[in-house]
Amino acid sequence: MSHGVLSTSDVAVGEELPSLTIHISRDSLVRYTGASLDRNRIHWDERFATSVGLPDVIAHGMFTMGSAINVVSDWVGDAGRVVEYGTRFTKPVVVPYESGADVEVTGVVTALDAETRRATVELRAMCGTDKVLGRATAVVVLD
Amino acid sequence: MAVNTGFTGRTYPPTAPYSVGRAKIREFAEAVGADDRVHTDQALARSRGYRDVIASPTFAILIAQQCDRQLIEDPEAGIDFSRVVHGEQRFVHHRPITAGDEIVGVLTVDSVKQVGGHAMVTTRSELSTDKGEPVCTATSTIVIRGGE
Repeated sequence: MSHGVLSTSDVAVGEELPSLTIHISRDSLVRYTGASLDRNRIHWDERFATSVGLPDVIAHGMFTMGSAINVVSDWVGDAGRVVEYGTRFTKPVVVPYESGADVEVTGVVTALDAETRRATVELRAMCGTDKVLGRATAVVVLD
Repeated sequence: MAVNTGFTGRTYPPTAPYSVGRAKIREFAEAVGADDRVHTDQALARSRGYRDVIASPTFAILIAQQCDRQLIEDPEAGIDFSRVVHGEQRFVHHRPITAGDEIVGVLTVDSVKQVGGHAMVTTRSELSTDKGEPVCTATSTIVIRGGE
């Protein structure tokens, strides 16, 4: 069946996925707050965030995680093919009012099993020099 | 109040079913910039073999955090939510979450550890349909920062 999903024969270990820049503004965080129902004020209320010792409003770790996986979904051709996805949240993404923040996401294929048609992708998400996701790994089922 | 390490191994009763709706799937996908039309276009989703539109890969957090709330709001657990930081998250999808699903979650506390001045709590939410079909296993580690 062909609807643009990658086949195992199209994929090789070491292959780099097309990268993605996620621009995060306060608007992005308010929308994610509503969609996810994670209404913690550190993600949208600067005065509150600084009162609990943060430098400024920070992005939801789950916003970064949820956005970064688009690199994999777009590459494989169907978001429903992502069967495993995990990460550590190593550094917060600080989102200033004026400039927002940019997170650069890249991915590389680290394992491929032709029998189960599964590929493992390691993701890297950088905000400036900070690695914001640690050990971010996704497994996809190919055609 | 210290985090209660005696909670390791505790399992909570199943949550009330969460009804997965097309509008919420779309709203969540838009919020994370997931522009695969499988989240919004029923005909396209069906052409890929799904019953209806499917959720983006981290949508399950909505339901998993509903499960986690049972622990966080349990006064005996001793968790101060204002000191909670998300440390780690993992999803294993047994099949995509699909519009029309009624999802029930069973929360288990896998571990509670005291590390230095902080506490680390790992929970597992087993999400399945109300008919008992496994959908997703969501594992989450939160860090509760110690007081100054």
